[in-house]
Amino acid sequence: MSEDQPTTGQVPDQVREGSYDAAARARLVAVTDEGTQQLAPVGVTGATELAIEKGGVLRIPESDALDPDAADATFGTGETMILNVGPQHPSTHGVLRMMVELQGETILRSKPVIGYLHTGMEKTGEELSYVQGATNVTRMDYLAPLHNELVYALAVEKLLAVEIPPRATWIRMLMCELNRISSHAIWAATNGMDLASTSMMIFGLRERDLVLQFFEKVTGLRMNHNYIRPGGVAADLPEGWEDDVEAVVDTVGARLVDYDHLLTGQPIFRERTEGVGVVPAELLLALSATGPLLRAAGVPWDLRRQMPYLAYDEVDFDVIVGTAGDCFSRYAVRLAEVRESIRIVRQILEKMPSGDYRTQDKKVTPPPRARIDESMEALIHHFKLFTSGIEPPAGEVYVAVESPRGELGCYLVADGSNRPMRMHIRTPSFVNLQSVPALLRGGLIADMIAILSSVDPVLGDVDR
Amino acid sequence: MASSTPLAWRVPELDGVPSAVSCGDEVFFPTRERYVEVATALRRAGFVTVSDLCAVDYLTHLDRALPAEVPKTRFEVVVNLLSHAEARRARLRVMVPEDDPVCPTLFFVYPGTENMEREAYDLMGIRFAGHPDPSRILLPQDWEGHPLRRDYGSGRVPVQFKKAPGPR
Repeated sequence: MSEDQPTTGQVPDQVREGSYDAAARARLVAVTDEGTQQLAPVGVTGATELAIEKGGVLRIPESDALDPDAADATFGTGETMILNVGPQHPSTHGVLRMMVELQGETILRSKPVIGYLHTGMEKTGEELSYVQGATNVTRMDYLAPLHNELVYALAVEKLLAVEIPPRATWIRMLMCELNRISSHAIWAATNGMDLASTSMMIFGLRERDLVLQFFEKVTGLRMNHNYIRPGGVAADLPEGWEDDVEAVVDTVGARLVDYDHLLTGQPIFRERTEGVGVVPAELLLALSATGPLLRAAGVPWDLRRQMPYLAYDEVDFDVIVGTAGDCFSRYAVRLAEVRESIRIVRQILEKMPSGDYRTQDKKVTPPPRARIDESMEALIHHFKLFTSGIEPPAGEVYVAVESPRGELGCYLVADGSNRPMRMHIRTPSFVNLQSVPALLRGGLIADMIAILSSVDPVLGDVDR
Repeated sequence: MASSTPLAWRVPELDGVPSAVSCGDEVFFPTRERYVEVATALRRAGFVTVSDLCAVDYLTHLDRALPAEVPKTRFEVVVNLLSHAEARRARLRVMVPEDDPVCPTLFFVYPGTENMEREAYDLMGIRFAGHPDPSRILLPQDWEGHPLRRDYGSGRVPVQFKKAPGPR
């Protein structure tokens, strides 16, 4: 520290004595200022300065931070302290460890430490054939499994250049939108819980369960469905699915009013979320943020609209954009997205085409069980498909879909065999977590959980 | 979807960079030396976000199809860029040789690559020169090896908690 700065020690004394006024804050900022306390638009700052700005990240190796002998180095001047939140903390949405450096109650720097749920699914994806692959990817983001299956199936289909029947496309869309509803419902539940609105937890889980019951009826499982597969979907929708779906969206739509009563109009909730965790949209773009996090900051970016996949260009829906970019905007964007998903689902109910629910390409889709008994050819196709499997031509492809959390991408390298040479999943939670230090910076420790929760990280998605 | 004008027509820095089209996406193969320069130019051309950065190990597929002037190295760093204004993607594939698995960092152009480069280092062992925090991100700090490499057999390493006392 250079000698022209105020002598250290003054500021914390004042904080301790409770005389924490505007002048003290100004001095505190002066002491802790690293040159770029305020965030300027990316276009103004330029890349080098922007990189220093990312000094919001605590760059010390994990082992050093844990070493008690190194405490002098980190606690040195006595001005700051490093607080460790998690990994076993109910408000970190799983096993996320947050390290925050505090001055008083102000967060100076922070760093998410991840990896506690890493199970090497990308490596596993290289071991499994394309037929088996969907069972693997569906376990990544356990709140939006169908989107994971979808992105994998779309990537394989793009490599294969295989056409999917319209009904399969619309069934996928129906399931994914319902999944978005359930994912946002559980997010609203945990977000309410994090902000001490415990009734919200029950409300959110209640709505999610409605959707999961429908999923169970269609796919046989409440999670990890393995329903969307390369070539179509695993099974057609059951008899009477229209009534079930209508009941789900009617009920959820009506119950969203409860959310408004419980959270939207709730003064305590609004006080804790409004104006909290704001960063400019330019910074979020530079940090590769996507999904509700980016849209709440005012960037109308939704892959369903801007780069349509499935049949999203044939349904009518609005891309929800926030203005303030604070925690409340992110809440409002997600709540409105549930309403848009309900709108999409209602249109799907009207427009669902009839026909095949999977492609008739025999190299991709196994024959019906009955055909195997009567056709030698069908038997051979069945045998080939389940012993070696789908064999896309060599190539590489990147496909992305809009999951409830943002851009979910799959980079697949095929070598002409029945297994991917490399499967990389770009998960929205992993990338959006980079924005957390920027969002936390300069805020209060009391807002940390609100901000973290508003980013909606799913740790299965982060660590894979 | 993808706009019709090839990027090379309006980004002069792409001059001399081999390119290809893969499943409808434009792919460029800059050398390690020109990688950051090309990315910077693409950022100026509207590709303000890195969607994805990952590394690929072609150990068993060194003879893969590449443009003639691109050396066939073991590793590749693959960067998927996104232009929000045009709703368009572009891909960079940077060849990284096995004996010197180092690649310049994109952090100073796209700070969003921070986690992705740490992941590529962690799982594939590509070092990103100049990265501000080149530590492992998913695996423990003291993990040996880089599991996504193709010569790192899965199941080869005993489970980390093997020496922990059993339930009884």
